[in-house]
Formats: sequence, structure tokens, C-alpha cells
Amino acid sequence: MTDFSIIDKLKRSKILDLLQEGKRIDGRALDEHRTLDVVTGVIPHANGSARVRLGDTEVVAGVKIQPDRPFPDTGDRGIFICTAEILPLAHPSAETGPPQPPVIELARVVDRGIRESGMIDLSQCVLEENKSVIGIFSDNVVTDHDGNLFDTCSYASVAAIMTSKMPKWEMKDDKPVLVEGEEGDTPITTIPVSVTMGRIGEFILADPNIDEWACLDARITITTNSDGNIVALQKGGKDGFTYEQIVKCSEISISSGAKIREIIKKAVGETQ
Amino acid sequence: MVINLGGRKSDMVLLDENGIRCDGRKVNETRKVTIKAGVLKNASGSAYIEFGGNKILAGVFGPRDVHPKHMSNPDTGILRVRYHMEPFSVGERKNPAPSRREIEISKVIKEALEPAVMLEKFPRTAVDVFLEILQADGGTRCAALDAASVALADAGIPMRDLVCACASGKAGDALILDVNNEEDQAGQADMPIGYMPNLGKITLLQLDGVLTPDEFNKCIELGVEGCKKVYEIQKNALREKYFSKGD
Repeated sequence: MTDFSIIDKLKRSKILDLLQEGKRIDGRALDEHRTLDVVTGVIPHANGSARVRLGDTEVVAGVKIQPDRPFPDTGDRGIFICTAEILPLAHPSAETGPPQPPVIELARVVDRGIRESGMIDLSQCVLEENKSVIGIFSDNVVTDHDGNLFDTCSYASVAAIMTSKMPKWEMKDDKPVLVEGEEGDTPITTIPVSVTMGRIGEFILADPNIDEWACLDARITITTNSDGNIVALQKGGKDGFTYEQIVKCSEISISSGAKIREIIKKAVGETQ
Repeated sequence: MVINLGGRKSDMVLLDENGIRCDGRKVNETRKVTIKAGVLKNASGSAYIEFGGNKILAGVFGPRDVHPKHMSNPDTGILRVRYHMEPFSVGERKNPAPSRREIEISKVIKEALEPAVMLEKFPRTAVDVFLEILQADGGTRCAALDAASVALADAGIPMRDLVCACASGKAGDALILDVNNEEDQAGQADMPIGYMPNLGKITLLQLDGVLTPDEFNKCIELGVEGCKKVYEIQKNALREKYFSKGD
């Protein structure tokens, strides 16, 4: 994602010492997220948008909705695509150019959480079966990187999708034609919330900040839906988790996820 | 009058009989401009500008090591600028890969900033300026240049002057200040200007459209007046950050 300097690695011993006393480097509890701030409707040109801050990590998400060709094997469903990019102004080591594997993983994990939850009812996004469907693109850009981009991008996309308005098209002469002045709500079925945790030694930390991120042994991102069911999961990092640790992570993801879902709902409701 | 707005026909009136423009401005009025300095944690310097409907983030890094190494110059530092539009910044989703237009704008903005930045003080290093267009609404290159200049100053990089920018142009047969998106697409001329107000130097100048020599001269004068208004807002943004807490 971004490279870490040797100094970041030296912080590991300090972080570990504090963890032995049950403390984190920024004073949070082990299962506590940083302050989440969600503002929607920040990009009027987009069909839906959000700027999300998780601590000092900041992401802007914009949703664009436009007619597209369906995937060949799913002609009866609309298209949903989620991307993510770390802008070069987000961190000194972020670079321009084609995305590196960690950034591709970021985009795919965020995409998968939302897609697998079935958040958007894509069966309602068909203009003409096998010919023309509605495409929903959610593009995330990281503007400041202070760790845990997975969750920040995911919350930004979810808030942007929840506040998005879908324009209306009609088929005329085999082509979709925009019906001016008509739009409806994007069909939403559930609110997926991802919770990313890291492991340092035997400790599980929710929402690692960039100092902690630099010295994680392993990490795991678990996405839950509004019913509290797990819908997607991704393990990363050079080391693994024990079964007990995974169970603990899933419990944190459900309880923290529920709290975060309420924060997002409140922010979305306030600005709608 | 039926005008063509990016392939879309519109009967919008660019200038009415009272000399009022399509967004309610007078001919010599700029849109609302707000600039905030120091908005990013990681960047050495940063700025956020809202110029009418344009929303742009600028981040500066450096002076720092040059990668790739062969780009470094033993006599002076180098300036690198990337102007980039987000996929959601415009009407139709934009492919996130840099377009030829973005590459050109990056270059003209770099060349507009170079005369102001004292790069000779930092040989073998690079100063990187990243300009991210979150929302575009006509006149992004000027707004981006305004933000870039504040971000460079915020990064503490020695400068001879701030560079301020504003476009002038022609629509509805009148010369206008600060061309908006509709006027850019349906108007008669668009001339972005970058200007160093204390040195009196124009460092960015482009023109799309037809102007008589007389109109051209007046257009530059009008644009420079707009630049000077933006300059005050740029200075205020820096004052706000560095002098507002009683020191």
C-alpha cells in the first residue's frame, strides 16, 4: 500500500510494551475504533457521495450511475463496480502509476464486502434483459493515509451508495434514453459494515492506525450485514490467526459493526 | 438562441439584457472562492479550494530525493506537478487513467509555478505537487494553480511570489471574468491566466476562442484584476492558518 520506514518498525517495541499493559499507542481500548465522521452529498456532480474520516485517515467516495452493457453471464442484473485509489497526496510514499498489488487488494476487498452483502438489489437495475442494464460505479480516493484504508473506503462507499439517487432511463430504438427530471432511490437491501483488525503478538487490535499498521503480524477484514451475519472476509499479512483469535475477531466485527452501522445511518439520515 | 452545451442543446441565455450572466453574476465578478491551507496531515503542505463548483485538493511533498534518480539535477531542484481528475468529478464518469488533457494541464501548471519557486536552493531534490480535482465546474486549471501556490507556501518552500490565477473570456458578445462551465462550453472565448502579482509577471496564459486585438488586451486586464482578487483570498488563507491563534 505504502512503504514503511525503518523508524516505523522501531515503534513496534514501544507498541508491544504498551500492549503488555493493555494500552494502545493512541490511548484507545483494544477493540475501539477511532472517531468516525461521515459527511454525505459533498460532490453534487456525483449521483451520491461521501467524505469519511476515520481518525486522520480520509476518503472521498463518489457514486456514478449510468447505463452499461451487462456481464455476459448475468444479463438479468445490473452492474456494480467499486474501485479504490491512494492519491499521491495522501502519503509521502504513495506513488502515481499503475496500481500496485496492495491497492488492487484494497479495492477488491471493499468491492467484495458491498457486493456479497447484496446491498444493492441489482435485479431492479435492468433496462432490457441481456442488452442494457444500469451500472453503479463507486470510486474511492484516499486523500490522507493514517492506516486502515479498508474500513474507511468501505464506510465511504456505503454512505455514498445510501445517499445516491438513481436517474431513470427508457429503451427507445434499442438504446437507453434518459428521462429528464426523474430519479428514484437506489434499491438498498442491507447496510454492510466492514471491521478490520490486526494482530500484534497475541493482541487483537480493531482499526489499527498507521503506526500499528506498520508492525502488524496479520490482519483480517470481516464484513457484516444489517442482520449481524458475516458476508465477506479477507485475511492478509505475513502471519496467521488461531481459531480462537478468528472467533474473537468475528465477535468484535459484529459488535463494533453494529455500532458503526448506527453512526453511518445517523449521518446519512441527517443529510438526506 | 439555442446553444450547444457539450452536444446537448440548450436555450440557456449566457448574458441577459441587463448584463447578468447565467449564474447571476455581473460580467466583472468572480464566483465565490474559499481557500483553506493545511488540510492534510501527511503532506508537507496542502490546500483545499472551492472556486464556484470546483472542489480541489492540493498536496505538496519535498524538497525530497528524486526517484527515478536520473531525473535529478545537480544544479537545481526540480518541480513535478500532477493534475488529476477523479472519476466522479464530471458529468459522465471519467476513466481514472491520466488523459492527454490532464498531462498537458499538469505541464502548464508546472511551468506557471516554476518562476515562483526558488528551486535553485535545493539541488538534486524534487518538489512534488499533486492536484486532485474532486469536482470540476469550469476553470479547474486556474483553481488548481491557486491551490498549488498556497500549498507550496504552506510547505514552507521559498518562493519569490504567490501565483494566482483566474480566467477571463467572452460570452454573449461581452468580455467576462471567471468563465464557468456553461460559458466555457457555449461561450466565444476562454482565457486562463496565471499571474505573480508582486512581480507583475504572467506565468500561465492559454486561449480558446476568437478575440479581436482590442478585446484580447482588455481580456488580459480583466483577467489580471480577477487574479488580484484571488491573491487576497490566498493571503488570507495563509494568514488564517499561521496568524489566527494570537501569535
